Formats: sequence, C-alpha cells, structure tokens
Amino acid sequence: MAHDWSDPSGLWGLVGEFEKPEDLMKAAEAAKHKGFRKMDAYSPFPIHGLSEAIGFRDNRVPWTVFIFGILGVTCGYSLEYYTAVIDYPMNIGGRPLNSVPAFIPVAYEATILCAAFSAAIGMFVYNKLPKPYHPIFNTKNFERCTQDRFFLAVEAEDPAYDAKVIEKVMKENGAVEVSECDY
Amino acid sequence: MAKVQERKLNDLLITGDQTYSSIDSSVDRLILNQKLHGKGWNMLFAIGIMLTGLLGLSIFWLLYQGIGIWGNNVPSAWGFDIINFVWWIGIGHAGTLISAILLLMRQQWRNSINRFAEAMTIFAVMCAGLYPILHTGRPWNAYWLFPYPNILAMWPQFRSPLMWDVAAVSTYFSVSAVFWFVGLIPDFATLRDKSTNKYGKVIFATLAMGWRGSNQHWHRYEQMYLLLAGLSTPLVLSVHSIVSFDFAISIVPGWNVTVFPPYFVAGAVFAGFAMVMTWGIPLRKWYNLKHLITDRHIDWMCKITLATGLIVFYGYLLEIFYSWYSGNFYEFKLLMKTRFTGPYAPMYWLLIFCNGIAPQVFWSQKARRNETLIMVVCFLISVGMWLERFVIIPMSLTNNYLPSSDKMYYPSFWDVAMFAGTMGLFITLMMLFIRFLPVINIFEVKDLFYKMGGKKEIVEEVGASK
Repeated sequence: MAHDWSDPSGLWGLVGEFEKPEDLMKAAEAAKHKGFRKMDAYSPFPIHGLSEAIGFRDNRVPWTVFIFGILGVTCGYSLEYYTAVIDYPMNIGGRPLNSVPAFIPVAYEATILCAAFSAAIGMFVYNKLPKPYHPIFNTKNFERCTQDRFFLAVEAEDPAYDAKVIEKVMKENGAVEVSECDY
Repeated sequence: MAKVQERKLNDLLITGDQTYSSIDSSVDRLILNQKLHGKGWNMLFAIGIMLTGLLGLSIFWLLYQGIGIWGNNVPSAWGFDIINFVWWIGIGHAGTLISAILLLMRQQWRNSINRFAEAMTIFAVMCAGLYPILHTGRPWNAYWLFPYPNILAMWPQFRSPLMWDVAAVSTYFSVSAVFWFVGLIPDFATLRDKSTNKYGKVIFATLAMGWRGSNQHWHRYEQMYLLLAGLSTPLVLSVHSIVSFDFAISIVPGWNVTVFPPYFVAGAVFAGFAMVMTWGIPLRKWYNLKHLITDRHIDWMCKITLATGLIVFYGYLLEIFYSWYSGNFYEFKLLMKTRFTGPYAPMYWLLIFCNGIAPQVFWSQKARRNETLIMVVCFLISVGMWLERFVIIPMSLTNNYLPSSDKMYYPSFWDVAMFAGTMGLFITLMMLFIRFLPVINIFEVKDLFYKMGGKKEIVEEVGASK
C-alpha cells in the first residue's frame, strides 16, 4: 500500500526517541520479536549489531564493487592491448607487443578507479540519496538524531502496525519520548 | 589491574568529561562560530594568498617564456620540478595511510586525525599534480597523455613509467577525493542540524544530500567505507612505487635499484606523518582540541615516524652497500665523488642528519611528549625528505657514464618561487579547510566514544582513588 503523494497529510509512522544506543538496540530487537518489519533505526553514528537487530541485510554494495573491479581490469588491459598490439604496434628493441609486466600498473589503476567509484556511487544509489525530503524529518526533536539521540521508527505501512503495542515496546526499553510522525 | 593504574588520563584517545554533544560542539564550533578564528588565522591565510599569487605569477611567466626560466640544463633535465613533485606526493601519503590502512587494521586512534590528514593528502596531491603538467613545457597539450582516439591515430605509450605515473596520480587523487567526500557526508548532516545561520543550513543541507542517519544507510555506508579503505591501501602503496619506477626503470647510476619502491613508500609515509604532526600540534593547541587529538595520538604518530624513518635510513645504508657490492664502477663513483665528497656533499650529509639521526630522539618517551621538540624534528624531516629527492635527481644526473654529464645544477629564482608558491597554495587550502569544514571526523569520534565508554570509567575511578 503505497502512499498517495497528492495528499500531503496522513500518518507515516511512530517514532521513539532514545538516549542510549543500548536502549535503541533492545527496543529494535523487541519490536522485531513482536513482528514489525517495516522499521528503521536512526543514529548519529553506525552501531554494530543494529542491522541484525532490525533484521536488515544487504550485500549489493560489495557485489557491485566486485563486478566493477573486474570490469575495470578488463577495460584497462583491453585498452592497452588494443593500442599497443592492434592499432599502433611499435617494435622497441624486439620486446613483445603484448608486454604483460609493463601493462600491469595501468590495468591495476583502472581496476581501483572503477571499483572505488562504483563503491561510492553504489552507496548513493542503493541508499536512494540525495533525497531532499523524507517524512522522518517531521519527527519532533529529529535534528538531534545527527547529534546525540537515537530513534526507532515503525512505519504505518507495516501490516502489523499497532500504535499501542509499539509505544509499549519502546517505553519498556527506555524511550524518552514516543511521537507520531506525519508525511 | 596494575597496568590500568599506571595509565594516566591523558593517555586515552578521548580525555575529559565528554558527552556526544560536547564532541559535536568542540569540532563544529570552528565552523559555526566564525569569530573563533583570530589574528593567527588571518596572518597565515594572508601569507598563503600572497604565495599563491607568486605561484600564479610563476606559472604565467613559465607559460610565456618556457622551461628556460628554470635551472634545468642538459645533463640535469629534471630539477626542482620533479623533486617537488615527488616531495609533495609523498606528503600526501600519510593521509591515505591513516584513513585506509589503519581503518583496515581496526586502529581506532585514527578517528580523530584522519579527516585533516586526508585533506592534507588532497591538497598535497593538487600541489604535486601541477609539476608534471607544467614541466612538459606545453601544458596545454597535457591531454595528449590520455588515451583518446585522435586524427593522428596515435596512442599513449603504456610501457612508459611516465604513463604509469599519469594513471597512478590521477587515480590516487580521484579516489582520495571520493573517500574524503563520502566521509564528510554524515558530518555535513550534523552541521546542517546544528547551524542556526540560514546560509549555513542551506549549504550544509545541500552537501548532506538528505542524510538522516538511517541504519540501513549506515549499513551500506560502512560496507562502502571498508571497501574504499581496502582499495586505497594497495593504491597508496602502488602510487609511490610507480613514482619510484620513474627512476628505477632507467639505467642511471643511483636510480636503477630494486629497493626503490619500498624505500620510496616508507619515505612517503615518513614525510606524511611529519606533516600531519606539523599541522596537528598547532591545530589542537590553538583550537582547544587536546581532548580529541590527545598526547597518545602524538605519541603513536611519533612511533610510526620513527619506524618509517628507520626503514628510510636502512635504504640509505643499502645504497652505500650495493654501490660497493655491485662492483659497478659508475655506482661506486657516484657514491664516492658526488655523495660523500664533492660540491653537493653537504646536502647528502644534511640528509643523513635530518632523516637518519634527528628522528632517533623519538626512542625516548620524554621527547615524544615534548611538542616543541616534535615540531623541530618534523620540520627537519620535511627538509630531509626534500633533500632525499635532491640527492636522487640532480646528483645522479650530473654524474653518470659520460664526462659530458659533469655539469652542476643550480635552481633559478623561478624554481624557488614556484616551490614557495605551491606551499602557499597548500597553506591557503588548509586554512580554508580549517575554517569551513569539520577538521575532525565527528561521527567516527562519537563511535569511538561509544565503544570506549566502559574503559573511561575504570580509569577515572582509579584516578580518583589516587
């Protein structure tokens, strides 16, 4: 059930605010046990284990980097082979046209360049950034999310969404405040 | 427990009574409170701008007159241009080393020094990059170095170390810039949320690209960051190895040695760490950042400088050894007639003093705690690393196989002006960076703070009972 963007009102989700990362972690795990799936945690720095706690896994970035790395080495070496062997062969002191050792540095740098750019671009693409507007920014106090507060949001689209249960889970695990967040 | 008791508070990576928000404000006040930057900043910025002007002037004069304005001559076709290129690119290496290799090794202490070390890398590579382009004499044709289909049906010669150089340096710059920028994004988000100024909010919101600290984003972000580190680690080693191939692939006495790649890489790290400390020590003092860049950071950086300095010194000893052991007459002549004695000998002995002897003070813990002494040694190291490239380039070129090569190399006014100019560019960019971007990686320091939360309490309790 997607949100109708022509209607600017409507409930996006319920957001709990926490003071400590440990509380956020416990709350996320408890919420997962209650069966909530469309949820996300927000924190000023990466917290290890939180992905497992909210049940999130994604390995597309490493695979992208691997594929682009292979693409980089292929393109780099092919370019060298094409220029030095096929299109513009030059006999220098009887050395082989396909001089493998001499071709390694450039092919290698091409690999790194492709892989590194694909890592950064892949991160942006899969994260759907840049994104100027997101409903979570409407949450009360959310500007502290990049400073010293930790948030857990359960979206209203979650099939198991039940405001009372979510609020209870969050409060039990030390949420300072639980507030509704609109589109 | 005994060990913990001996540990002093200033030995920790984050000292004092900190919270997440105090870490925030100690870094972002440099940007959000512009009144903090006083006379010192203005003075250094003015010096930087003036020298950058000199750089512009010398580039203009170079383009107008040609390479003849430099001191390069026939045996010594490489002079200040290549010396300074190698020097600058070496300085950049500590930044990538800190951000990549230490990240892979899970060395948490890198967190508070990596940001300005990376900035230093980028600015140093910018300074370095000017030289190879300008020393061609016809920089408007620099694009010939890139492989593109053209009407002459010619391609670059990929067997040449100079082409490897182009690939290595441009890749290095691009990857470092990407690494640096993605590292800044979460900090831009912090600045966006903390700035009260309308323009600041708009600028930082644009740069943060809607970063909201979502866990799913962090998940991919960390994967990317680790991969970038893994890719940059061999990159940083390859760049200076390839720079050393510019020399080592030749047959010039004093250049044609297999030890060059590791010796150059160690020298680069050595020079880079010296430069990180040269900036880091005043920075933490003037801007009250001693609780984030602590004595322990300085101590460990001194140790790395000492270790890489010993590798470099081993390289010098090896150069002496192989010129004797190889039985090559020209190698031995170079050593005896140009390095140990002769008109350039003072430069060689000064190099041995600066790079071989001066860093040995870091064996003593007292010296590693003495900021003035560290600054002096770091300055000597910077001079020494420059001298090393001087020893390699003009000394070998003015003494090789033919008597016709026996000619001196003297830099001209414009050589010196351009070198001072690149320093000005570096200073200007660093000053702007200190004023407008977070000098310390805020989110990584918070992460470190979270991870060492437990340890801090123990030490404080022990300290209190004393």
